[in-house]
Amino acid sequence: MPRRTSRLRLSLLRKPSPLPGFGVSLGFTVTYLTAIVLLPLAAILARGFSGGWATFVHSIARPRVWSACTLTLESALLAAMLSAAFGFLVAWVLARYRFPGRSIVDALIDLPFALPTAVAGIALTTLYTQNGWIGRYLEPLNIHVAFTRWGIVLAMSFVGSPFVVRTVQPVLEDLDQSMEEAATSLGASPWQVFTRVLMPVCLPALLTGTALAFARAAGEYGSVIFIAGNMPRKTEIAALLVVTRLEEYDYTGAAAIAIAMLVLSLSIMLIINLTQNRIQRQEGKRG
Amino acid sequence: MNAPSLSERLVRIGLIALALLSVAVFLVLPLITVFAQAFAEGGKLYVQAIRSDAVLTALKLTLIVAAMAVPLNVVFGIAASWAITRFDFYGKQILITLIDIPLAVSPVVAGLMYIEVFGLHGWFGPWLAAHNIHIIFAMPGIVLATVFVTFPFVARELIPFMQAQGSDEEEAAVVLGAHPLSIFWRITLPNIKWALLYGSILAASRSIGEFGAVSVLSGHIRGRTTTLPLEVEMAYNEYNFTAAFAAASLLTFAAIITLTVKKILESASGIHPRAGQEKDAA
Repeated sequence: MPRRTSRLRLSLLRKPSPLPGFGVSLGFTVTYLTAIVLLPLAAILARGFSGGWATFVHSIARPRVWSACTLTLESALLAAMLSAAFGFLVAWVLARYRFPGRSIVDALIDLPFALPTAVAGIALTTLYTQNGWIGRYLEPLNIHVAFTRWGIVLAMSFVGSPFVVRTVQPVLEDLDQSMEEAATSLGASPWQVFTRVLMPVCLPALLTGTALAFARAAGEYGSVIFIAGNMPRKTEIAALLVVTRLEEYDYTGAAAIAIAMLVLSLSIMLIINLTQNRIQRQEGKRG
Repeated sequence: MNAPSLSERLVRIGLIALALLSVAVFLVLPLITVFAQAFAEGGKLYVQAIRSDAVLTALKLTLIVAAMAVPLNVVFGIAASWAITRFDFYGKQILITLIDIPLAVSPVVAGLMYIEVFGLHGWFGPWLAAHNIHIIFAMPGIVLATVFVTFPFVARELIPFMQAQGSDEEEAAVVLGAHPLSIFWRITLPNIKWALLYGSILAASRSIGEFGAVSVLSGHIRGRTTTLPLEVEMAYNEYNFTAAFAAASLLTFAAIITLTVKKILESASGIHPRAGQEKDAA
């Protein structure tokens, strides 16, 4: 059955295809993407720079904004490292060992994805206040978690932890154990096997997972605001300051902080994308 | 492989114990806390809190919003994965990257974006106000926020899945003269149903639990624009902890169901939970 080939097909397709629906599916995809993502993204950029570059810089370079941003970055970095440690340990145990309850643990890993952030926030706060199940043992040791920076780090690492497990676990599962056995039989110590054989293979996945956890932590709102205490210049995170500015009807100020956050998270995403593409291409070359 | 030595076994037991302990403290304790707090003042008050108007209307709104947002992203996911996995076109890699944007955007920033488009001072605000159409601080805004945060969920499950499956069956159907719609209903849909269901469940779970983006756009009008997660926040901030944790227990219950269904789907269909960028469509 000969079909008329539309102009869109001819100009966009690299390779002809016998399948139908190219124009409809791509057209809908691009329209929907534009309406839901690109247009709102453009609107926030337009608002942030509506007063020009000087106003934008002025909205960002205020002490309160500055301390919220540095607090967010520092906490997200610490949280990502905690997520990385927790995630690598759990990924290793899940990928390498069989033990009773393994599949329950495997399902539980995704809990921070499935549990609404507000629920995580109030549950963590309750656990770590001075009367809480964990807080009551930490307070005598003079460790304060709830309503301090540590609370922020805790909530952020909670929401970021599945990213690390789910990027590292598949790599460990696919890894050929004969490499480790070969290294051992050639006289390598367990530590040498870990640092010389395992780490080089796992490192890209571990870094990707940690970067994703960091991006998630830097933008996190729901789970953090309950446990943070939210004191301006002390425990106020960037996402909360966006909301505060909005409640003050300072739309330009809110948009400026939001743009700073967007630049950070989108560049992390882009870097991850580019490195993954490069790794894929190298693997492709090797065949 | 040789039998593990004593030290190897000790390392193994030690690591398993450490992992189990950290999962218990880090993930399980918060889960138990929710139910312990919800029932702290007895089952009677718990039931009362669950059956309060505030919780019931919030639950209803939450379900309606999810029922609107998820199908929209299902349609998008199918269209996007069809275009991306079945055709080779210019700008494909850019399109794949753009679809992932909502995953990188803070929910609060997502909410703010829609205020800049539809709010009174936004691009379409004056026109909407003149025509008495309410989007911000009303249900359409909540739906939009939910659509945004769950935007890539279905597409991201379908793209690698359809890529791996290839298009041989569909091409054969075209050659044999099948109608495009019958190709979709008879070949594509049956092939992708598990991945589609998996992505839809992830999207539904996130829709029900979304807080930040919805919080910015809702206006917090109790009984009208509060979803269940917002009701948790409002009750908590009013120091009504039983009500807050009772509402939270419903959401936690939904999360546990999600994890269980996910696990069942994973073992039934061979889908694996992944995070990060897929090795797809390169």
